[in-house]
Amino acid sequence: MTAVNNESVLQMLKEEFTEAVMQSDTQYGMLSVEIPADRNTEIVGWLKSHSLINMGFLTDVCAVHYPEQKGRALVVVYHLHSWTKNFRMRIKCFLPAEKPEIATMTGLYNSANWMERETFDFYGVQFIGHPNLKRILNMDEMDYHPLLKQYALEDETRDDKVDSFFGR
Amino acid sequence: MSQLDTRNQDKFVSTETIDGEIATLNLGPTHPATHGVFQNVMKVDGERIISSEPTIGYIHRAFEKLAERRPYNQITPITDRLNYCSSPINNMGWHMTVEKLAGIEVPKKVDYMRVIIMELARIADHLVCNSVIGVDTGALTGFTYVFQEREKIYEMYEEVCGARLTTNIGRIGGFEREFSPVFMVKLKKFLKEFPAKFQEFDNLLTRNRIFMDRVIKAGPISAEKAMSYGFTGPNLRAAGVDYDVRVMNPYSSYGDFDFIIPVGQDGDTYDRFIVRQEEIRQSLGIIRQALDGMPEGKHYADVPSFYLPPKEEVFRSMEALIYHFKIIMGETPIPAGEVYHAVEGANGELGYYLISDGGRTPYRLHFRRPCFIYYQAYPEMVKGAMLSDAILTMSSMNVIAGELDA
Repeated sequence: MTAVNNESVLQMLKEEFTEAVMQSDTQYGMLSVEIPADRNTEIVGWLKSHSLINMGFLTDVCAVHYPEQKGRALVVVYHLHSWTKNFRMRIKCFLPAEKPEIATMTGLYNSANWMERETFDFYGVQFIGHPNLKRILNMDEMDYHPLLKQYALEDETRDDKVDSFFGR
Repeated sequence: MSQLDTRNQDKFVSTETIDGEIATLNLGPTHPATHGVFQNVMKVDGERIISSEPTIGYIHRAFEKLAERRPYNQITPITDRLNYCSSPINNMGWHMTVEKLAGIEVPKKVDYMRVIIMELARIADHLVCNSVIGVDTGALTGFTYVFQEREKIYEMYEEVCGARLTTNIGRIGGFEREFSPVFMVKLKKFLKEFPAKFQEFDNLLTRNRIFMDRVIKAGPISAEKAMSYGFTGPNLRAAGVDYDVRVMNPYSSYGDFDFIIPVGQDGDTYDRFIVRQEEIRQSLGIIRQALDGMPEGKHYADVPSFYLPPKEEVFRSMEALIYHFKIIMGETPIPAGEVYHAVEGANGELGYYLISDGGRTPYRLHFRRPCFIYYQAYPEMVKGAMLSDAILTMSSMNVIAGELDA
């Protein structure tokens, strides 16, 4: 029986999906794999139903904004956990800022419902097929997605907290 | 008294109504029985709940946005305000995340000190939750018993860090000072006196026929459903899954201690109550073991660029002054990278997903807040139940508004 660890899971993913495993790295012991955004449910569904890996638990869904990356400015990050094998991994799907659309995971995990609503609320990621995609923490009248990097937290004319001020 | 088994809830929700009309009821946001700012718009037929829709975000404070503008040591006070019933666990989860990112190894003694504080926090949190279940069933007495004990835990926090509720306890790299002799006296006194008082509380409720009739089968959830809905912590264990971060991914030397993970069977309010009761006993055991096995050593890691030097040194030596200035100004050497670190919070897996670009503040910090994720199961858990069971279900789920809304 194959052990479930970073190397073996990456190997299995590469064998099954070949070119869909676009990039991978391991930081602080956690495997992180980049997959095409249009195949997220297929690949995560495979990981979930795989008899050996058995990724039965969706730990977390969130997004990150990299405004300087053209065509892949938003990334949706899924943290998966296999309780039978005690194995965690991270799945990343990059999306263009102009059309941030990705399929919903609610069909696979009920917990994705609110986590995707939160991601939509703060980053404007459209989860296609989500049963109730509306704002969750911010008020409904809000007309922007506040965690995007173009919205400064404080007065933008302030320069006392800019990194360059500290020699970075 | 007939018990309603809500696991077969759909058969109770029929199109036939009792008095011919369905009412909409606004439970919250400031209802005295909800213990926090929770709103649920419920459709009720008589006292039977047909559907419920939670509205959350009333105390949203944009912590994730704030964190992108704060140096690492200034984020600790933000974490206080997540689950404010057990802030030390949040604080230390955050310290450990930064330590993991920066590759800081803390001495064994720091681990043990942290374990003591974290388990005290777990006891305090479980005491609040369980005694409030009692209050919601009409049994106020137990609540008054254990709140005196919780007060003693708060006095101990005060002895360690000076604060009680929003503790900001510990530092990146360890503790700001050694446990004081007063703290040790208080802790030993607590360990000696608490079990008897706790037993008294236990006697009032656990095998109390009225209480049992009231909470058994109220708001149950199956193990499969709980897992799919992202349950963690005591709520998940009450459904019969023995998942505990302290055992699955031991942090802070939890592997050194001998304790069991109590599990329930039906995932109902009674099971959640019982699991927490047992966890309190296990936590006491862990504290005793940590106290007995407390290693010799320093109460902080040797990382001058993260851990503030003693104040006297700052006035005397140039080196200490430089480190002090750099830390206060948020000028700490943080590598670029991303890290996920989870701790077993009092109500579930509390995770920190931290992305650093090497700057003075996190590039992105996401809190995996356990009750935000499992509270979405609430409409399903109360569907078909009585309104009074919905109140009980909410208090037994230990949903904390600060953590829910971040």
